Amino acid sequence: MGTLTESLATAFALIGAMDAKLAAIVLLSLRVSLTATLLATLVGLPIGATLAVGRFPGRQVIGVVLNGFMGLPPVVVGLLIYLLLSRAGPLGEYGLLFTPGAMIIAQTVLITPIIAALTRQVIEDSWREYQEQLRSLGATPLRASFTLLWDARFSLFTAVLAGFGRAAAEVGAVMIVGGNIDGVTRVMTTTIALETSKGDLPLALALGFILITLVLLLNTGVHVTRQWAVRRYG
Amino acid sequence: MTSGHESVFPLVLHGLSFSRNGQRIIDDVSLAIDARVRSVIIGANGAGKSVLMRLMHGLLRPTAGQITWCGREERPRQQAMVFQRPVMLRRSALGNVLYALQLAGMARPQRLEWARLALTRVGLAAVARRPARVLSGGEQQRLALARAWALEPQILFLDEPTASLDPGATAEVEVLIRNIADSGTKIVMTTHNLGQAKRLADEVIFLHRGRVVEYTPADEFFRKPRSTEAHAFMKGELPWM
Repeated sequence: MGTLTESLATAFALIGAMDAKLAAIVLLSLRVSLTATLLATLVGLPIGATLAVGRFPGRQVIGVVLNGFMGLPPVVVGLLIYLLLSRAGPLGEYGLLFTPGAMIIAQTVLITPIIAALTRQVIEDSWREYQEQLRSLGATPLRASFTLLWDARFSLFTAVLAGFGRAAAEVGAVMIVGGNIDGVTRVMTTTIALETSKGDLPLALALGFILITLVLLLNTGVHVTRQWAVRRYG
Repeated sequence: MTSGHESVFPLVLHGLSFSRNGQRIIDDVSLAIDARVRSVIIGANGAGKSVLMRLMHGLLRPTAGQITWCGREERPRQQAMVFQRPVMLRRSALGNVLYALQLAGMARPQRLEWARLALTRVGLAAVARRPARVLSGGEQQRLALARAWALEPQILFLDEPTASLDPGATAEVEVLIRNIADSGTKIVMTTHNLGQAKRLADEVIFLHRGRVVEYTPADEFFRKPRSTEAHAFMKGELPWM
């Protein structure tokens, strides 16, 4: 109990002092995970909408695979990206391994299926409601997809948030492709894992608090926005 | 936008059938529908009214038979449909009309003025900027009519347009349907409300189990239906018992 209390006190002291090292870790975490979320959103939304609205062979199979990929183990994704980016790998010449760029790629691959699969569910529901009206007005499937994505924009926040939550919380992928190099590729989750194993609990705890707080704040923000949107737009 | 162009009529159904899951919903329907008069499709629940209308509008493909518009198989664009439950996008009332005009290919500079006019005609100018989905049921259905009317269709299909509305809103919608018809748009609507059919119909298409049993002028139909099925339906009897 004594260790915990002491660690907690030190943790809050670190947060209160805006410790430079701590801040750098938090900022890198946000940079990596937010960029990955942005990229995964750009790829995932069109994929999800196409699967929901389009009628082409293999649609069902792709949907099932996508749902399965929502649960991709981060370490496995990390390993695959590691193999691709390592010197001998097909993308080795770009020298991305052990850089934040590699971490962004790994997290993008990890969460694109999540965003795409959740988007598909949301868009499928609105397509069921809007299909006849949009076809009656002469909308092509492509046009209908964009209309539905815009119309469901507030519901899609949740899909994007789920992707960000997954990216920010995972350790395995960034650990493998980033290497947890101090000052270069060390993010919140990898630091927590490392510091805990070293026995330096205050830093680990401080980062843990920050991570949870960030995720809670973001969730609250999205929740409030959605509530507002439902009142505003119905 | 489309008025003044050549007519799409007559709309002719040649031996039209539609089956779903092995069940025949529309059974060998042949009809010739002409411009101007207001046609009302009536029949019991499950008679195939909505399906017949969706076939005509092109939302469903017939499993047999064909549809021609003025002798051509090509589906003309000068048509619109209003559904029982209005489907509104999450944008303003005005935005919903603008969207339809954009899909119809109207040039951007014209759209705004045209859409405002469309809202004025249905008495919704005051709520143009309000989000469409928070309008009342009656207002949403009037908006759906404004959106369809703005397209200046030669034919407007209405599928039970007042089934989810209260009597006040129903009366407003009926007035608008008359106005749309008077502006030169052919009306084809379904209803299970006999009073409404009497008020709006010039001619009646009576459907029974997927077949057209009667296609007669309205006054004649309501005075003395020819078929026993229509007779039973009007008296509120259950023809299958």
